[in-house]
Formats: sequence, C-alpha cells, structure tokens
Amino acid sequence: MWIALGIIGAIIVVVLLFVIGVYNALVRLRNQVDNSWSQIDVQLKRRHDLIPNLMETAKGYMKHERETFEAITQARAAAMGANNVADAAKAEGALGEALSKFMLVVENYPDLKANQNFLSLQEELTSTENKISFARQSYNDQVLGFNNKIQMFPSNIVAGMFAFTKRDFFEIEDASQREVPKVDFS
Amino acid sequence: MWELIRANKRNSILLMAVMAIVLLALGLAIGAGVFGGEGALFGLIIATVVWLIMMIVSYAGGDQIFLAASNAKPVTHDVHPQLFNIVEEMKIAAALPAMPKIYIINDPAPNAFATGRKPETASVAVTAGLLARLNRDELQGVIAHEISHILHRDILFVTLAGVMLGSIVLISQVFLRGMFYSSMGSRRRYSSGGKGGGEAQILMLVIAIIAAIAAPIMAYLLYFALSRKREYLADAGAARLTRYPEGLASALEKIANDPSPQLQAANKVTAPMYIANPFKKKGQRKLSDLTSTHPPISERVRILRNMTHGAAFKDYSNAFAAVTKSASVVPVTALAGEEIALRDGDAKQEKQQHQREQMRQVGDIMRKVNQFAFLTCSCALKLKIPPNFKADKVKCPRCGNILDIPGR
Repeated sequence: MWIALGIIGAIIVVVLLFVIGVYNALVRLRNQVDNSWSQIDVQLKRRHDLIPNLMETAKGYMKHERETFEAITQARAAAMGANNVADAAKAEGALGEALSKFMLVVENYPDLKANQNFLSLQEELTSTENKISFARQSYNDQVLGFNNKIQMFPSNIVAGMFAFTKRDFFEIEDASQREVPKVDFS
Repeated sequence: MWELIRANKRNSILLMAVMAIVLLALGLAIGAGVFGGEGALFGLIIATVVWLIMMIVSYAGGDQIFLAASNAKPVTHDVHPQLFNIVEEMKIAAALPAMPKIYIINDPAPNAFATGRKPETASVAVTAGLLARLNRDELQGVIAHEISHILHRDILFVTLAGVMLGSIVLISQVFLRGMFYSSMGSRRRYSSGGKGGGEAQILMLVIAIIAAIAAPIMAYLLYFALSRKREYLADAGAARLTRYPEGLASALEKIANDPSPQLQAANKVTAPMYIANPFKKKGQRKLSDLTSTHPPISERVRILRNMTHGAAFKDYSNAFAAVTKSASVVPVTALAGEEIALRDGDAKQEKQQHQREQMRQVGDIMRKVNQFAFLTCSCALKLKIPPNFKADKVKCPRCGNILDIPGR
C-alpha cells in the first residue's frame, strides 16, 4: 500500500519537474523571439532617422537628382505611416530599394564621395541595412527553434497545455527584392 | 545551436576535471616525495590552495588582466565607427544579451581575440594592423569568428583552462627548481623514517620528478587539442552568422600572408585566444601539429571556400570532411534541421593599397585611440594634434594659416 503510494508520488513529482522545465524553456524561447522582433523595429527606426541627414548632406552635391530624393522621401513617409505589419514590410521593402538606387547614383558624384561627413553617414546607413537583415535572420533562427520545440514530442504536450502558438517567419514581402537587380544599358 | 553550446560546456567541465586531477596528483606526488608519507596531504593542500586562488582571480578579473597584458585600449564609436558597427551587427545576428566591449591593440600584426566570463560581459579586441588591412566583409568575418567564441562559451573555457595550465606549470617549476637547488646541499635532509621508509621515499621522489615533467606537457597537449577543435567550430559559427564564408576565408588568407613581425603581447598560454596563431612558424608543419594551438590556416581557408551549398553547420561539416578526409568536428546533435542559404558580400572591389599607405592607416587608428585631434588645412595638409598640445589654435606648417582645433 505505502510502497504503491510512494511510487505514484514519485512519478507525479518527476512529471511535474518535467513540465516545469519544459514550460520555462518555452517561455525563454518565446522571450528571445520577442526580443529579436523588437531588434528589427529598433533598426528600422534608426534607418528612418538617418535618412534626413543623408539627404541634407547629399543635396548640395546632387542638384539634378530630384526624383531620387523624392522617391526616398515618399518611401520613408509611407514606411513611417504604416500601421500594420504587412504594410510596414512592404513600405520598408520599397524604402530599401529606393536607398540602394540612391547609393548607385552616388557613384557618379566623386566630390560627394570625398565628403567626410557623407562617408560616415554612408557607413552608418550600410551598417543599418546590415543590422536590419541580421536582425531578421536572427529572428527567423529564434522562430525556428521555438516552433521546433512546440511541435516536437514530448515538449508539444506542455506547449499544448499552456497554449503556446507557432510564430511566423519574417519573409521578405516583395518577390522582386529577392531577385538580382536588373541593369539597363540602353 | 543550444546542443553545440551544451556539448561545449560538457567538454569544458570534463577538461577542468582532468586538469584538476592532474594538478592534485602532482601535489600529492611532490608532497610524498619531498616530505615522506604524511607530506602527501600537505602537498595536496598546497596544490588545492594554489589552484583555488588562481581560479578566483581569473574568474573575477581574468579578462581584465589579459586585456591589460595585451596593452588593449577601450574604444568608442567615434574612434572607429566601422568596427563598432560590425560588432553590433554580429551581436544582433548572434542575439547576444549585451554589446561586447571593444578594444584596439597597438600592433601592426593583424590578429584578434575575444575574452570574458560570460556573453553579458565579454570583450572583443582587434589589432590596429587588422583594421588597416581588411575590408568590411573580411572584418565582419573575423568579428563573427570572435562573437562565435563568445556564443559557444569558449571564452570562459580558455580563461579557466589557461589558469589551470598556469597552476600546473607553476607548481612543477617550483618543485623542479627546488629539487635542483636542494640536491646541491645534503642529499638526505628530508628523510624521516628508517631504511625501508627512505627507499620508498626515494621512489616517490622519482615519481614526483617524472610527474612534474610530464604533467605540464600532458596538460598542454590536451589544451591545444581542444582549442584546435574550437577554432574550427568558431569558423563554422562565423559562416553561419554572416552567411558569407568567403569574408572570413579571405581575411584568414590576408592574416597568413602578412609580412609584419609577430604579435608582441602573446605567449603560449594565451595563444589559443587569438583568431590566428600569433607565433609565426614557417615549415615544420608535421612536427608542430600536436603542439599547435590552431589548425593550419590554409586548411581553414579551404574548408570555408568549400562551403558552396549553404552556411549551416551541416554545410561546414560536409566541407570539413571533404577537405580533411576525416570525421566531422561538429557535434551530431547540432547538425539537424537547418537550411541556410549563402549571400553575396557587399564590400566593393578594393584597390590595391600600398604598403606605406597601410602603415599610415595603422598609425592614424592608434592616434585616434590615443585621443589625437585630426584636422585638414585649406591647403589640403592633414594635421594630427597630440592630446598634450594644449593651445586651441595651431599654425599650418605649410601655408601658415591659423586653424582652430575642434573640441579644444
């Protein structure tokens, strides 16, 4: 009688410890996912803040590139005004495209490229673009780990008990962004 | 990823345990050899005390001691924005909990290392020579390698294992030198018991001498074998973080072919912390294989360049097997479930720089670290003002213009 009770008690304790362990691991993973997501946000915001400075420095040298500037200004306004994730991803994609076009145009202005202030802004922008893609990459890595944990046995039982749900990957919205930019020689 | 970190932690603990046993056995043998039977306990206690003290010191401030010994200077964003940005990029890619502190070492030999106790308080140091020679992608590869060391918890391992190794070497040296001097005096000074006890003690003494000679060698070999493996893993981690193995490959090539003299502040114990072996040995590859802290650079480069299908650990493992024709270095549990595509580099085609231009860059970086002010006169002459120049204006030596020094 007592032995049976003891065994049952021991089993309950082991199961409980297991559930606690898995639950804590899941919470840790979920926090990491959230943290990576906020990193993307921070870097996008930083890009928005950098653009006015960059435009201001470049304007003096690039008098004949009105359209390029306008495209960036509009894309930035659209990105800052977006209020849901899908719109934001699209607008940020367009902004990224406008900026990379701008960087290509800059190659035609040797005076601008010699400007110390511009060079440092360019480094900041390059780095911010990198940080955005690394933040996205890290977010996707974290999501992969989290989703695996939720779907795999036996941790999926605990995940089901406490209603942990799968997260979506951050995919680049626009298919054109994945392609190599076309060069027109006409 | 987590499996890899766990496996690394397990290996670290195992190595610690083996080294601790070697250390204590050494203390035991020396104690018994010098003072007879009861001395064994005494030797054991001395060995434990030495080990504990060194452990506490290294745990509390090992990274600071190491940084100070390498003459590394802490830098901010202003000194070298690109370096700072790249470290931050890699910190984001690796999802480290905090930004590592960044140091620059005044040395023209290109090299880098990471140190610290845990990812929250880690430091990354690079030499000025590295900054002057590498382009953005290459520097990113090197920093990714160092961040991988932090991520894999190699930094704690190297610090603690290095200290353990130091203790073993210290005790052996003290004993062997003590033996040398005491053997010049009376031979049987320490013998305590009768005739039988004396013979047993001499036997113990012989064992102690052999142990004191063999223990450091064993510990070195063990330490180096593990640190070689960790270099491969950090390379794999760097490829995974940057998605661009070519960056690190070409950086390693540049480091290997660099003509600068070898790094000043490096010794045999701290060598495993650097990205490339700071000791330059040409030839004799076969002989140095066992005692080398790093795999041959040419091999590391070939492995990285063989990663043509992806940037996951699995791809590194395949490339490793193809190049070295031996079993993988990556733990099996870290191989599953990742498909990581490669990307293109973003640095532009670099111009071939002249040697003198490079050395000037090294000088400028160091002057920035040492808080020189920089200004350009209207006659295009660049002036470098040392921090002990107190006036707030300076006369251009070429055209005689009076210039304001910014920030004075």
